[in-house]
Amino acid sequence: MPGFITNYLDKNVHVTPGQYGSPFWALVYILLVFGGVSLAVVCMNWLERKILAHMQVRLGPMRVGPHGLLQPIADAIKLILKEDIVPEGADSFVFLLAPLIILVAGFSVYCVIPFGPTHAITDMNIGILFMLGVSSLGVLGIVMAGWASNSHYPLIGALRSSAQMVSYEVAMGLAVISAVLMTSLNPAGTGTLSMIGIVQAQYAQHTWFIFKFFPLGFIAFFIFAVAMVAETNRAPFDLPEAESELTAGFHTEYSGLRWSLFMLGEYAAMISVSSIAITLWLGGWMRPFPNLLQGPTWDLAFSLFPALTFFGLAAMTFYSTMRMPKHPYFRIQTIGLGAFGGVFVLIALILLIPRVRDGVQDVYWFVAKIAVFLYLYIWYRGTFPRYRFDQLMRVGWKVLLPLGIGVLMATGIMGLRTEIWDFVHRLVHI
Amino acid sequence: MTDPNSSVSHLELEESKKTFLDANELVINMGPQHPATHGVLRVILRLDGEKVMGLECVIGYLHRGVEKIAEHRTYTMFNPYVDRMDYVAAVSNGLGYCEAVEKLLNIEAPPRANYIRVILTELNRLASHQLWLGTHALDIGAMTPLFYTFRDREEILKIFEKYCGARLTTHAFRIGGCQYETYEGFEKDVKKFLTFVAPKIDEYEELLTTNRIWVERTKKVGTISAKDCIALGVTGPVLRASGVKWDLRKAQPYAAYKQFDFEIPTGQNGDTYDRYLVRMAEMRQSLRIIQQAVDAIPEGPIMAKVSKVMKPPVGEIYHSIEAPKGELGYFIVSDGSTQPYRIRVRPPSFVNLQALDLMCRGQLVADVIAVIGTLDIVLGEVDR
Repeated sequence: MPGFITNYLDKNVHVTPGQYGSPFWALVYILLVFGGVSLAVVCMNWLERKILAHMQVRLGPMRVGPHGLLQPIADAIKLILKEDIVPEGADSFVFLLAPLIILVAGFSVYCVIPFGPTHAITDMNIGILFMLGVSSLGVLGIVMAGWASNSHYPLIGALRSSAQMVSYEVAMGLAVISAVLMTSLNPAGTGTLSMIGIVQAQYAQHTWFIFKFFPLGFIAFFIFAVAMVAETNRAPFDLPEAESELTAGFHTEYSGLRWSLFMLGEYAAMISVSSIAITLWLGGWMRPFPNLLQGPTWDLAFSLFPALTFFGLAAMTFYSTMRMPKHPYFRIQTIGLGAFGGVFVLIALILLIPRVRDGVQDVYWFVAKIAVFLYLYIWYRGTFPRYRFDQLMRVGWKVLLPLGIGVLMATGIMGLRTEIWDFVHRLVHI
Repeated sequence: MTDPNSSVSHLELEESKKTFLDANELVINMGPQHPATHGVLRVILRLDGEKVMGLECVIGYLHRGVEKIAEHRTYTMFNPYVDRMDYVAAVSNGLGYCEAVEKLLNIEAPPRANYIRVILTELNRLASHQLWLGTHALDIGAMTPLFYTFRDREEILKIFEKYCGARLTTHAFRIGGCQYETYEGFEKDVKKFLTFVAPKIDEYEELLTTNRIWVERTKKVGTISAKDCIALGVTGPVLRASGVKWDLRKAQPYAAYKQFDFEIPTGQNGDTYDRYLVRMAEMRQSLRIIQQAVDAIPEGPIMAKVSKVMKPPVGEIYHSIEAPKGELGYFIVSDGSTQPYRIRVRPPSFVNLQALDLMCRGQLVADVIAVIGTLDIVLGEVDR
């Protein structure tokens, strides 16, 4: 085995591949993360359609594979085979470039997302700044797409989108700063912008930042949670692609693979902003109560969760298999569904191996928290009507922004309350 | 294709006040293929940014010449055609036509037939309002109510199917009464439906009525005053939401409506939210009417004595009923032959659509969608 592999497997190494300086492991991580995110997008596509369908008293995809499980694959094949149309009169260079920019912006963010204390591609000391900066590049792609299409609906969609994303980024930034301020609440008084550092600060302070200075942390989280939905153009802030008004918004003129790049970018952005929220406020990769419930017994109990999750999934699948119609026509589907259940059992069994189950702990809790956020996204979509453009701007500038400034100031005051108290004390006794 | 700009030339342009700092006006074409124009309505919007400066409707994409067809059909043969106008409220169309011809022939449907007519028409009103609610909510971005309303509308369509074999274009009534006696268990089905649907209406309201976004999207949107409504001939829930207590079921009772106790829900502001509330209240009132009708349905014949070959006396007649969308009127001129000399339909959607420009001016693009939804137009009826 080459030296750098054995070196990295060395238990004493507790850094990310980026810091470790090994291009090989960095590449492996990049492939793992990007492959994982693409897979997550595919799963999300199916889950969204199914969950939304069940909220709306219908079945969703049922035809391609058992319970429509192969639908995303069929969709992908269809989109790849479709003609790539560039409309007449469109600025073809910009038109073709736009989806790539959105995709690159959506995926570059994953460089700094920590799936565990060592499971990140790299750990920048300006991590959160990098994330906000790169993710807001996506708006450039949207504007380019809208402008280059040479059509009215995409143009209006792009204008709406850029205005929306720019204005919600302000509130988002303020919420992020208030969380970053909280990281400096240690004896040394040094804060950090590093994503891993932020999670470690939450561990050191024995609380998730959502509960810090209650309700300040919660309000900041709430601002971020609203802004991130607006940032990713999802319901109820999906005006840029409001289908009842603008047919499909900025990607009206796109077809085939390029259209799917937009979708890929959108879902990747959803996952990445959810990870920011988790990292900043919900303890990142940490399991619930890492300080309180310590010790080998608790470690063992929590390390069984991944396997239990997959056993649960397998149980659900087998239950569905039992409920399949007994007609011979459905035999292949039933077998297929059973095979899915078998795969879940297999994964669960693998996750019971001590080394594996300790290894996936951090990633598991991170992904579980992301899943909750993604479910919320779908839930919003099933429940809320769409905001109108002026109302959306009002919420952004007149509600979230003042609230953000207030929370930021209040957090600062709370952080410095002993100093302020001392200062006042000295003023009084001068 | 014609230049869309030429069509809006009559919309007054304020060229004189324009400076080089003002933005250009954008003329965009919405429809006829558009997800939210409820069929094949084409709207040409003149926009300043997102603000609507004016709009023009282009209709006629679904024109089939229903009124002309009538001149070549006998009175009986024309009956199924009227179902194709407002296809989501086909029963109401049929009722209006049958009653108009009955008035011309000077006959009257027997009481049992009238009761059946009321039950089916009110069920259809409910179905029409449910479809309106689903599509209107979908236009504003709430996806879920659409599926809820379609689930419940299905029960109504099942009753129609059991009664006359058709779900949508029912052709349920004949001139002089009803073709079919009610099927075995009709009353039980209707009563079961009533208990089924009452909590469902609460469910729709739970999703929307107090939903902050829904209220913000609909309040003070597409406001129209009672005076403007009357001037433009707007009828139905749109008129009632502006505060005018005008319902033909009360004002000039037809069928068996005199016997029933129900209220006319009205609004005050004439905005989209009030129209929503009025229609929701109307759904409940319909349930009340159906309940009373089904409890008191008399025995007896369902057809009046009508000759096989209908030759109404020379003359003309106008008869109107309260369709789910407003006043649906039939003007029939008879020359004494078996075929009408001329039939003119006063479709509520067509007349209500006139108000679109007035209601949308100064609002945003998103409101145009909301207003088209709240007017509850059916293009089959607008174009005929």
